[in-house]
Amino acid sequence: MDIFVQQLVNGLTLGAVYAVVALGYTMVYGIIQLINFAHGEVVMIGAMVAFTVIRRLADAGLPPVLVVLIGTACAVPVCMAVGYAMERLAYRPLRRAPRLAPLITAIGVSIVLQHLAMLIWSRNVLAFPQIIPAVSFTIAGASVTGVQIAILGVCFAMMAALALLVYRTRLGRAMRATAQNPQVAALMGVDVNRVIATTFVIGAALAAVAGVLYGTYYGVVQYTFGSLLGLKAFAAAVLGGIGNIPGAMLGGLLLGIVEALGAGYIGDFSDLCSYGLGPAERCADGGHFVLFGSNYQDVFAFLVLILVLVFRPSGILGERVGDRA
Amino acid sequence: MTNARLALTLLAASIALIGCGEDKKPEAKQAPVAQEKKAPPPPQTIEIKIGHVAPLTGGNAHLGKDNENGARLALEEANAAKVTIEGKQANFVLVPEDDQEDPKVGTTVAQKLVDAKVAGVVGHLNSGTSIPASPIYSQAGIPVISGSATNPKLTEQGFKTQFRVVGRDDQQGPAIASYLAEQKKPKLVAVVDDASAYGEGIANEVEKTLKAANVKVLPREKGTNKTVDWKAILTKLKGRNPDAVFYGGMTSTAGPMLKQGRELGVKAVFLFGDGACEGEMAKLAGEAAEGFLCSQAGIPPMASDKKFLDSFKKKFGEDPKQYSPFTYDAANLLIEAMKKANSADPVKYLPELAKINFKGATGQIAFDDKGDRKDAEITISVMKGGKLEPVAVVKAGKTIAFDDFVKGAGAAPAVAPAAEPAKAEEKKDEPKK
Repeated sequence: MDIFVQQLVNGLTLGAVYAVVALGYTMVYGIIQLINFAHGEVVMIGAMVAFTVIRRLADAGLPPVLVVLIGTACAVPVCMAVGYAMERLAYRPLRRAPRLAPLITAIGVSIVLQHLAMLIWSRNVLAFPQIIPAVSFTIAGASVTGVQIAILGVCFAMMAALALLVYRTRLGRAMRATAQNPQVAALMGVDVNRVIATTFVIGAALAAVAGVLYGTYYGVVQYTFGSLLGLKAFAAAVLGGIGNIPGAMLGGLLLGIVEALGAGYIGDFSDLCSYGLGPAERCADGGHFVLFGSNYQDVFAFLVLILVLVFRPSGILGERVGDRA
Repeated sequence: MTNARLALTLLAASIALIGCGEDKKPEAKQAPVAQEKKAPPPPQTIEIKIGHVAPLTGGNAHLGKDNENGARLALEEANAAKVTIEGKQANFVLVPEDDQEDPKVGTTVAQKLVDAKVAGVVGHLNSGTSIPASPIYSQAGIPVISGSATNPKLTEQGFKTQFRVVGRDDQQGPAIASYLAEQKKPKLVAVVDDASAYGEGIANEVEKTLKAANVKVLPREKGTNKTVDWKAILTKLKGRNPDAVFYGGMTSTAGPMLKQGRELGVKAVFLFGDGACEGEMAKLAGEAAEGFLCSQAGIPPMASDKKFLDSFKKKFGEDPKQYSPFTYDAANLLIEAMKKANSADPVKYLPELAKINFKGATGQIAFDDKGDRKDAEITISVMKGGKLEPVAVVKAGKTIAFDDFVKGAGAAPAVAPAAEPAKAEEKKDEPKK
């Protein structure tokens, strides 16, 4: 039981990253009913740009936190530009097309971005320079590193800032209006094109920060990591209710925790020997016969997605998509 | 009008992107051997294609490239030496292929090489792709020598065309497991693998040896060969508090595991097989890399022949990473067998290859009747200060301290600086915790 808290901490950290990425998915879906499959690649590009900058500055003798901040500050505009370009070039022309066209385009954009990154940063696994001193605290028997605390702090801050933006500012009101009904919003004086572009850009900025956090947390990045992360974040967004901003946050955290706990305990639960069901020669004197090992970790996210879609398709907090009469 | 123009622009752009995206096989920095044909051939020339397969994309692309470099160097040296085969000057051409560490792609690529009628193949890098590809080469009668695949099954299938110049996991696993049991005397060991043919194979061997030595082993944990997030598994292990953790897998997953293990406060000593026994681990794991043990299915790269090391460094601007001395030897073995048989026809030179006795950059090489290297060495190394230092060599069942091995084996002059043997000796004496 003493490792339960540790698994929980790991899960929360992972979940916070999923939550931030899920926000990008959910905002875009809420506004234009498009699942932006290329969002995961934007995360990856953010991480890669930050990696390049941090690697250049690693020996410059600046304080490590400052180096990471500069890396992030460089990654965010690049990702915002990528997000804007995606919207302008790939999705805006298809605004009136049948729903399948932008979906396929999104997959295409994802492939293009992935391969662009492969050309620029090579196919190798890139190691984030280990400049942040590893400090860890022991809280309730769990080892929590400084990076984990930073991730939780930054993610919650960003979620709070986004909630503030969407519910308390004029831009946020315009976004909510466009999400409810773009034609009427336009009649009310909202520049729909600009609002949609801004949504993409904000989502991309969040993705950039998430990418930097991911790179700092795991220490390695590769041009392919965006796709799996993106899919899991999408599952998180659906879990919480697609189009629903608090839903995305909740979904992300929940998914992270489910994944960490699942991977940690599935081995114990699926050990047939502990139920007396395993083959005799494997279970003899304390042997184990594990059906599903911890290598099924990635499966949990998608298992959750399937279960959610079967039993509660609108997600935990309910879908929030405007009616398009 | 504008729609058509837009369509044309997009079409042009996508073609450009496809063109950019494809692998450019002839490297810009080396004169591709194929274009040597422009030089006036004195007598006639015979073009001999030698295939090379390794993952050139993905997490271990750096090792794949390293392997390819080894083979490439061998072929270029052979071309420069103007070897004569069948009375004509031989022009060796390397046909590099990327198997992406994926067994499905491995078999496709093998078939591609067979269809291209290569005279021989150096590769693959991973056991997981070598094993499914071996029947394809065997059916076509094309000899294939692996410089790095260590799973025993590869040569147990009975194919006359399959060889390897490294040791096997049923030598490597017991070697490192016995070293661990004798040197560290652990009470509890955790074994993790990456569910690949190689990782699982070596992990099984290690577990077998440890159990035979009466060491308690925890239930196996598994990742995948792409796992980056080991926290769940490591947390679980932390709860059981093992004295040592053995991981069967490659660098791209082993590095993060080591780093996260130390972050979580796992105090065990980490051990790896040859898949993670290279300098890149220090880059991926940072300070956490200090003190891990690993085994290599051959002599360490820096202990290979000095002439090879110098040529390699000169041509590629970096030291061999891991297996390139072995792929260099593998390519040279193929060429040597062809020279002996005076033919590039696999049917004719295969018997020569089977009974060859050749001094390569990694020492004296001869094959046994299964295609394994006779008396392959297994090196145990420890990571100290960002560099891998060999501590012991296991050869033909005997464990020799590394500096003794270096003194004894006059064939492979140790390039290791004088400080290294002294450090190795010092380490051997002090009991490590």
